[in-house]
Amino acid sequence: MPTKTLAGTPVDTDDEGYLVNHSQWNKDVAAALAAEDGITLTDRHWKVIDFIDADFKERGVVPGMRRMNKVGNIPTKDLYALFPDGPIKKAARISGYPKPVSCV
Amino acid sequence: MSDKIKKVSIIVSKGSLDGVYPGLIMGNGARMEGIEANIFFTFFGLYAVLKKYMGSIKIATVGNPAMRVPDAKGFPLPTILGAIPGMSAFATHMMNKEMDALDIPPIPEFIEMIHDAGGKLYACKATVDMFHLTKDDFCPQVEKVLTVGEFYELAGGGQIIFT
Repeated sequence: MPTKTLAGTPVDTDDEGYLVNHSQWNKDVAAALAAEDGITLTDRHWKVIDFIDADFKERGVVPGMRRMNKVGNIPTKDLYALFPDGPIKKAARISGYPKPVSCV
Repeated sequence: MSDKIKKVSIIVSKGSLDGVYPGLIMGNGARMEGIEANIFFTFFGLYAVLKKYMGSIKIATVGNPAMRVPDAKGFPLPTILGAIPGMSAFATHMMNKEMDALDIPPIPEFIEMIHDAGGKLYACKATVDMFHLTKDDFCPQVEKVLTVGEFYELAGGGQIIFT
């Protein structure tokens, strides 16, 4: 299991760079994970991250696109604009959660 | 890792629920992976993007030997029973319920999602002519009515998947 240091915090990740232990996640780690994908986090990104965080804590899974739309009030277009080329995967990784397992 | 797929063009040729969803799931899934996606609707597959009918696509309960009741591990449904009026509507209702629980959107919403995700949707010209349709019959997410030649042109450099 790879270990690396992000924003001064040592974190354990899986082979694809998803954190294995959410307790190692904080806002600075999120910014560092985002930077790896070439993304600079703004308030609009944080709205997505906060929703994933709250929803994961409630249900134990990363929300899919439809749940992001309907429950999180985040339109599909926004998600693709904020996290290009893989919105849910990238947003989940930056939020410190595992790779999404849903097909939709 | 081997070469990453960069572009897919998916052909949806069937108008039943199980004919339409696989193409939509693959197209949407492509966009979710950052893969360019075109979906080309042809023959009865066109019904998935016809304003008037896209919300009432049904599962076929006749001529489907894999169909089982009351669920996927139940008893095979004899074709003659599948022909009872209302059977198709009932099976469709059951399946829609299962999909809703998995957050798989209904077809009109799914089409909108794929379009908003940057997936491109096209209708086949030969079928449009044969069915006496016009561009106005389609939902606004349909980019264009294409000839097969134009389809091959825009599919260039990618994979083509027929469903």
